[in-house]
Amino acid sequence: MLRNRQRELSIAVAILAIAVVLAAVAPAFFSFANVRDLLLANVPVLIVAVGMTLIVITAQIDISVGSQFAICSVAAGVFAISGLPMFAALIAATLTGALLGAINGVLVAWVRIPSIVVTLAAMVALRDGLRWVTQGAWVQNLPPGFHWFGLPQAASEWLTIAAAAAIAAITAWGLRHLAAGRAVYATGSDANAARLAGIDPQYVVFSVFALTGALTGFAAALNAVRFEQIPSNAGIGLELKVIAAVVVGGVSITGGRGTILGALLGVILLGLIGPALTFLGFSAYWERAIEGGIILAAVSMDALGAQWRRNADLAAAHRA
Amino acid sequence: MRYLLEASSISKSYSGVRALKCVSFDLLPGEVHAVVGENGAGKSTLIKIVTGAVAPDSGTLRIAGRVAEHHNPTQAHALGIAAVYQQPALFPDLTVAENIALAIEAGGVWRRIDWKARARAAREALARAGAEIHPDARVSTLSMPEQQIVEIAKAIGARAKILILDEPTASLTDREVARLFQVIAALRAEGAGIVYISHRLEEIAAIADRVTVLRDGETIATCDAKGLSRAELIRMMVGREIETIFPKRAVPIGEVALEVRNLRSRAAGIRGVSLEVRAGEILGLSGLVGSGRTQLAETIFGLTPAESGEIFLHGRAVRIASPADAIRHKIGYVPEDRRQHGVVMSMPICANISLADLPAVCGHGLMDRGLIHSASENALARTYVERLRVKTHSIHAEAGSLSGGNQQKVALARWLAIQPAILILDEPTQGVDVGSKSEIHGLIVDLAQQGLAIIMISSELPEILGMSDRIAVMHAGKIAGVLSRAEATQENLLALALGHGTEGGAGGSIDNVA
Repeated sequence: MLRNRQRELSIAVAILAIAVVLAAVAPAFFSFANVRDLLLANVPVLIVAVGMTLIVITAQIDISVGSQFAICSVAAGVFAISGLPMFAALIAATLTGALLGAINGVLVAWVRIPSIVVTLAAMVALRDGLRWVTQGAWVQNLPPGFHWFGLPQAASEWLTIAAAAAIAAITAWGLRHLAAGRAVYATGSDANAARLAGIDPQYVVFSVFALTGALTGFAAALNAVRFEQIPSNAGIGLELKVIAAVVVGGVSITGGRGTILGALLGVILLGLIGPALTFLGFSAYWERAIEGGIILAAVSMDALGAQWRRNADLAAAHRA
Repeated sequence: MRYLLEASSISKSYSGVRALKCVSFDLLPGEVHAVVGENGAGKSTLIKIVTGAVAPDSGTLRIAGRVAEHHNPTQAHALGIAAVYQQPALFPDLTVAENIALAIEAGGVWRRIDWKARARAAREALARAGAEIHPDARVSTLSMPEQQIVEIAKAIGARAKILILDEPTASLTDREVARLFQVIAALRAEGAGIVYISHRLEEIAAIADRVTVLRDGETIATCDAKGLSRAELIRMMVGREIETIFPKRAVPIGEVALEVRNLRSRAAGIRGVSLEVRAGEILGLSGLVGSGRTQLAETIFGLTPAESGEIFLHGRAVRIASPADAIRHKIGYVPEDRRQHGVVMSMPICANISLADLPAVCGHGLMDRGLIHSASENALARTYVERLRVKTHSIHAEAGSLSGGNQQKVALARWLAIQPAILILDEPTQGVDVGSKSEIHGLIVDLAQQGLAIIMISSELPEILGMSDRIAVMHAGKIAGVLSRAEATQENLLALALGHGTEGGAGGSIDNVA
């Protein structure tokens, strides 16, 4: 856990390098409005990535978060229209997400279906179920209190960014300092060993799925209030962005290793690339290709790091 | 005389750490040459060089008189070198015949497979290995000892001239060991040379012609096995005298700490077990592999909760439905396969030690419930790292970076940290070097003296006999008999384990214990 700080450092350096280039070539990038918009656009990615980090540390994956996001966005609107006060609608959307995540969690943890299969099925079923129910229509005629929670726009925007930052900070702290965080790492490193130590790995796996669902629902509601209408196809491709950020952030896809800080830096790096390209005058079409390259580089670093660790362990074992 | 294998002045370093320093080793046809040494003495590296898995930094390797340059595993295989490791390395989803075929069939990937010839070759190799295993059986359905025998059949099928056996008996019962020795005798009669690596010194006395002792990457001696005493061998391995091999002391035996009555679990194959262990007592749990020793431990610990029967702790009936329950009742369990379950390899030592009892290092107030206090955790880890003399540069080092003996100490430390009243140890010294072994034995005795009730499962008869106050012998999911320290001998232990002296008929099933 502690040996992996190099990853966070190297991403931070990459972010810094991009920032320096931008500051020199396109100082307009750092305009207040641009930075704020960039942050707002990445708030949902970050909040979901926090949950995804936990899931990936337990050696699972959830590719249905994009579809969960769409359902929770629509749900937030429907709850608001049905007359729930805005705060209650936010909670209700969060609970909707928690329920969807819990269903995945039950199937993975207790029915013991591989998470890639469960969440692939959930991704398709939830997305197309929603399309069927809404017939592709967007949620309109939202009550006046919905847009920006009825607050002044600036206040709502900063509240949203602060909420995302708080979620990341609290989870990072909890993962490090709470017994529950230990259980997450232990489950992902070695579920059998965790079980012998009195941890219930199935409960841990269920919990991280349910928590990720809740965070997805919360993120969906925070995102929905930014617009006058709610599209029924929100969150398409969100799962890829989130998983990419988490993997780039050094969370080991085989479980047991990774930090929220890494995931946060991964979100920032991947969120920075697209706009940076635009500001530097490159075609935006390069964005996805470069993202792909970064992911590949990150995973290669993991693989090489693992080999290096093995060799070091071998040497240490010989020394002892 | 013509050597099958001649390694001279071999040196090898890993990332600057010397693993082998000018080691020389040779092997004659028809010879069993044992290699002994503590973990980290360089045995594995020597084998890897012979099998071509790693290249030496300097020195020459001659195979059948010819210098082997750019030696690699394919070449080693072609030259008739085969190795069988402690952990079988078979493909679990392929059949036995397919696994054997991988070692013996040659030809391109597009050749047509002659399934009949393949089955015939597998049957023949298995027969020569003395195994009654069906060639079409899927490897994942076989027990560990059976897989080990398939590995040996692979080597036989490949007509290995040089057979390396690395701790081949670690998971075998005495009966299977005897069969392995017959196979070895047959192979040497055909002129094969065998490199035999084992921590079980009595096996070396029984089977080896010569012994090479490695210590810290250097050859300490190569000498005839005949007339070499156990004490002398140990002295060469550790470079110091170990005064007594089993430091068992008589300590006052207290009240009954744990009692199980008529425990049954169909899932675990436990068919009505009753036993008790007292404070300060070491109860040895013996029996063949597959007799239900580990399963009994797992049932008591709540991994496979009992379907019926009662468990009493200090005279009070308790229900143990999960390891968490067992831990709450101050029962510790150090499992057999520490590499898989005993420690969490990617976690630091300190987190491993606190893992089974996190509440002990957590706050209990309204605000800090479940919050780990790093200072208490580090203090706890330091206490046990010092007490068990875990060799590490830091308590924050990953458990995976430690040697086998030290990992075992960390596994033990985790359970000592819960301040257990009852400690179940499953094969506590398996695959551990002689020095650590004796340290772990000393520790177990200390714990008994502090009033812990200890159940120790072991396949090694000398260990069971040397350490236990009483010995419960299991056979086919039941207790076949309990012997006092005075009554117990290798012979009557084995007789009970084989099912003699209990209800008739049970003795017939020993061939397929798994």
